[in-house]
Amino acid sequence: MNIIVCVKQILDPEIPVSKFRLDERNKKVIPPEDIPPVINPYDEMAVELAIRIKERHGGRITVLTVGDNSAARAVKHALAMGADEGIVLQDPVFEDSDSFGTAYILSQAMRKIDDYDLILCGRQAADWDEALVGIILAEILELPVVTLAESVDLIEGRLQIKRVMLDGSQVFSVPPPAVLTVSHETGQPRLPSGWGIISASRKEIPVWDAIAIGADKSRTGAGASRKNLVKLFIPVKERKCEMIEAETTEEAAGKLAEKMRMKGTI
Amino acid sequence: MKGILICGELKGGKITSVSKELVTTGRRLSDKANQPLYFLLMGDKLGIIAGKAADMGVDKVLAVEDPALADLHPERLTAVLKDICHRIEPLLILFGQTDLGRDVAPRLAAKIGASVCMDCADLAFDETGDVLLQTKPVYGGNAMAQWASPNCFPHVVTMRPRSEKPSEPDPANPGEIESVAVDIDESQTRAQLITTLKEEDGGIRLEDAKTIVAGGGGIGGREGFRLVRELAQTLGAAVGITRVPSDENWMPKKLEIGQTGHTVSPNLYIAIGISGAPQHLAGCSSSKVIVAINKDPQARIFEEADFGIAADYRQVLPPLIEKIKDLKE
Repeated sequence: MNIIVCVKQILDPEIPVSKFRLDERNKKVIPPEDIPPVINPYDEMAVELAIRIKERHGGRITVLTVGDNSAARAVKHALAMGADEGIVLQDPVFEDSDSFGTAYILSQAMRKIDDYDLILCGRQAADWDEALVGIILAEILELPVVTLAESVDLIEGRLQIKRVMLDGSQVFSVPPPAVLTVSHETGQPRLPSGWGIISASRKEIPVWDAIAIGADKSRTGAGASRKNLVKLFIPVKERKCEMIEAETTEEAAGKLAEKMRMKGTI
Repeated sequence: MKGILICGELKGGKITSVSKELVTTGRRLSDKANQPLYFLLMGDKLGIIAGKAADMGVDKVLAVEDPALADLHPERLTAVLKDICHRIEPLLILFGQTDLGRDVAPRLAAKIGASVCMDCADLAFDETGDVLLQTKPVYGGNAMAQWASPNCFPHVVTMRPRSEKPSEPDPANPGEIESVAVDIDESQTRAQLITTLKEEDGGIRLEDAKTIVAGGGGIGGREGFRLVRELAQTLGAAVGITRVPSDENWMPKKLEIGQTGHTVSPNLYIAIGISGAPQHLAGCSSSKVIVAINKDPQARIFEEADFGIAADYRQVLPPLIEKIKDLKE
């Protein structure tokens, strides 16, 4: 089973709030200098799921990303985990593409690769939190898509996918090739092994530009974007916390219960 | 193009509160833009529900009844929505950020060439009245982004639950009801739904709970949740969790509150051993009163709470439970 995993490099979502800063004028996040960007954690889970499928059924795992030179880091991480090859899709005309543009760029790369049974994406990128690219990619390629996948089985040539929902789960069966967006219920991604890191560092990561994938530049970049960012801001906090101080925790607990009763909440 | 179309949802044969919130949002926008407000219902048996929907303050209910629509099957629902959009050509299609909305809204947007904005907390026209400003939390809730799509119509938007109050019934001004027959082309349905499992434990639904007691990574393990449960029982509250107890399998995943789980707004939210990651706060910040108990006085949760105790929950909860029992007597 040949699998393509789409990954994105993002600002580390675990950074302390004190390090999260905005350039409101240019509507951009200022990345802290001392904290390197990371592979989107949901994409890392997609890589993990791909490796588990490969361990059972064999095949090759190709990792794709749309981004600049530094984006190869996210690809290297996936290679160190156990993916076989990586490709960076990079061109000035790709910059500032929205989810439709990004999905289009990825779809053109998929058409060039051609030989795949499964495309995996993380359920959403933990920066803009849109959860769009995987679904739009499937629509462009006219492939079936199952979102929020937790696990995949191969049964009589079809993919059987368990997907998570808020109040339960569903099982879908789709013929390959198909697109899945992967949820965190998949479980913790493995850590790259020492050997994995060494072999990943030795691998060449080809860069494909718009010409290489036959991308129509009228469909990429800021100009093709279906929505424009008007404003980016940090929300104002409305609450002020009253810290309850007391000699003993018993006393503090008693005071807290009284406060809750006064608020009419108990 | 005209009108605003709401994709309504049913749960247990009733219109969900998220759908009623969408009516509030839709009504506000349709009054401002002088546009009709449509409410779409899809299901296998709608019965009297269409009438109830018509009394919510919408102009027209579109009822699509088909045995194939019994389950949440995103391909089928998208096919129906696409058909409806071709018929009425709405300017705006509103979904809740629900299991359905998360999956179907992007599919529909891709199929009809719409702009799409997911998980909006606010939706309003700008001063010209022509441009729809779509505001959503980004970077896990650390920032808010406001988007506009002046050159791409229609707009598809999913709204975060609890962004507005649910609409009140308005039986004096009932909307029309139109039963719409849609041919669902099964040859376009490539994904075969094998099962839908609803996990119901008979407990209070998080979305409906007046009080929620939530535990995070600071609880430390399964054992610690006994105290959390005991406090919840004393208060008649539902139990919620953050990502850590879910990922570590201390508690069932379906109790998760936050960006990747439930969005709740109870009268009282007691956060225990919760650090206050924005991804969690995304699911509970609209609660009326937030109480935080965390042994780390620097924990971010205190910035978001109304009352806080900086102490180990193991020491605070037992006397708190006793005190609440006393007060309730």
